[in-house]
Amino acid sequence: MATDTIQRPRARRTTPSPRARRRAGSRNNLAGLMFMTPWLLGFVFIVGGPVLASLYLSFTDYSLLGSPEWIGWDNYVLMFTTDDRFFASLKVTVTYLLVSVPLVQVFALALATILNRGVRGLPIYRTVYYIPSLIGGSVAIAILWRFVFAGDGLLNGILGVVGVDTSTSWIGEPDSALYTLVILNVWQFGAAMIIYLAGLRQVPNELYEAATIDGAGTMRRFWSITLPMLSPVILFNVLMNMVGAFQAFNSAYIISNGTGGPADSTLFYTLYLYQRGFVDFDMGYASALGWFLLVVVGLAALALFRLSRRFVFYAEES
Amino acid sequence: MTSLTTRAPAGTRGRAHTKPHTTPPRLFLVHLGLIAVGVVMFYPLAWMFGASFRDDSQINDPGLWPGDAFTLSGYQTGLDGLSGVPFWRFIANSLLVSALCVGANLIACTLTAYAFARIDFRFKKVCFAVMLGTLMLPHHVLLIPQYILFRQVGWLDTYLPFVVPKLLATDAFFIFLLVQFFRAIPRELDEAAQVDGCSHFRIFTRIILPLSKPALATTAIFTFIYSWNDFFTPLLYLADTELYTVPLALRAFIDTTSGSAFGALFAMSVLSLLPVLGVFIAFQKLLVEGIATTGLKG
Repeated sequence: MATDTIQRPRARRTTPSPRARRRAGSRNNLAGLMFMTPWLLGFVFIVGGPVLASLYLSFTDYSLLGSPEWIGWDNYVLMFTTDDRFFASLKVTVTYLLVSVPLVQVFALALATILNRGVRGLPIYRTVYYIPSLIGGSVAIAILWRFVFAGDGLLNGILGVVGVDTSTSWIGEPDSALYTLVILNVWQFGAAMIIYLAGLRQVPNELYEAATIDGAGTMRRFWSITLPMLSPVILFNVLMNMVGAFQAFNSAYIISNGTGGPADSTLFYTLYLYQRGFVDFDMGYASALGWFLLVVVGLAALALFRLSRRFVFYAEES
Repeated sequence: MTSLTTRAPAGTRGRAHTKPHTTPPRLFLVHLGLIAVGVVMFYPLAWMFGASFRDDSQINDPGLWPGDAFTLSGYQTGLDGLSGVPFWRFIANSLLVSALCVGANLIACTLTAYAFARIDFRFKKVCFAVMLGTLMLPHHVLLIPQYILFRQVGWLDTYLPFVVPKLLATDAFFIFLLVQFFRAIPRELDEAAQVDGCSHFRIFTRIILPLSKPALATTAIFTFIYSWNDFFTPLLYLADTELYTVPLALRAFIDTTSGSAFGALFAMSVLSLLPVLGVFIAFQKLLVEGIATTGLKG
């Protein structure tokens, strides 16, 4: 790999000598502290502190009135033994994630591959496909989605024009409501597509030329060159989309009027956490839900990295 | 190999596209397919735009153009706003919050990023690793303690819960983006300045910032779009209608509009999308670069 690519000239290294470094050391520590002050304060009060505070709160009973009352593992025990809505919300979020994240990747990768083959008007297509990613999380689009999938909504209107008469309310049926949100997420494949396009540009043309000479067809080139070369980008996209899917909230809140209905079918985990914390003011329980989410996201990311060791190919290694 | 994988600063393009090997009739089919995808994706948006000009009695028409049902009453009713507060007020509130967030993020994230990119202070590696870790931290684990804290210090029904976290550099995404960009600026420039006796602050303001306009613009634009679309923060912290931002006002609209006043709801939804689309069209190139290099999502 390294032998058949032309090396660009290396940037000249001009690291100061060790002695000069030591002299500048204390000056640098002071400057570093000054520049880092906002971040350090933010880490203590807005991020790190709250993470620990919510761990503590998750072992308490607290309703904003009075002071938190230590109850040990009760919140967690309740979560795992008797709380059906907790399991329902977990199932909704996991289903949403397992269906929509791969679908987004398939759409994004397919269109990026097609666009990368020198299709004319690439900037226009790229722009058009990207716009939904900018506005997809907004309340306005969630409102639109309510109308598209309502019983007398746009989708059924169009179906009526082509001769399929139905008045099914897609957001009103427990079986289909979640999938309208999956469609909303897939609708926003453009951001991932742009990242794939940037990744595809980095794949050396020589690889395709060599493969073509060896008689490899389009599909073979895709499976044997594009996918392996793109695998670090795929890992990145899957990871980011996954973290995003775990935190999905707005659209489910708007479409279900904050209830997570019908029949808890759009009760995203975050929506349930919101209900427990800010509707029931059960701050201890909501904190336990938050910490469980943290653990789940952490484990999922870890699993993904483990998996990636087997599938992700870094060109440097060869 | 390392020199090949280092990221070039935004603005320089990588290799050219793979040359097309496709024959004309197939190319036609490809375009047809691509256009079809675009049409399916945009039909709902176009429909909402049309419906915002349509009389409520015809609102369920799946066609795009209002025709005879054309009316501006949706916009008139919508702009009257909620419980005596005109809709313009919500737009002004949203603009104020978004502008404050943009300013706060620009100041705090550039300072932090400069320290990470250019100053060799103790514990830098630890701090950087922690910062990267917060990139993936689910926001919801912080909500409850943050809410309790902000409530304790009397920040409910103010914009401080929106702005102060940004002023304290908690948007790790933008710090990361700026660090990447600052690192690509040749060190020779600030070392020369350092020899001339420039302090870090002068190097930061006189050399690094002027050379980082594309990254600053990307940070500003994305912060604007995120803040403009933010629904969760106002939902938690704002109860006073006078202070509502646009997303919260839209959500309240759903409740107050009876089954028949959908035109107004659509009209205000369309209005709420315009600033984001405007910013996107104005700064399109920068944005596309920004996403490609950092993986930001709108």
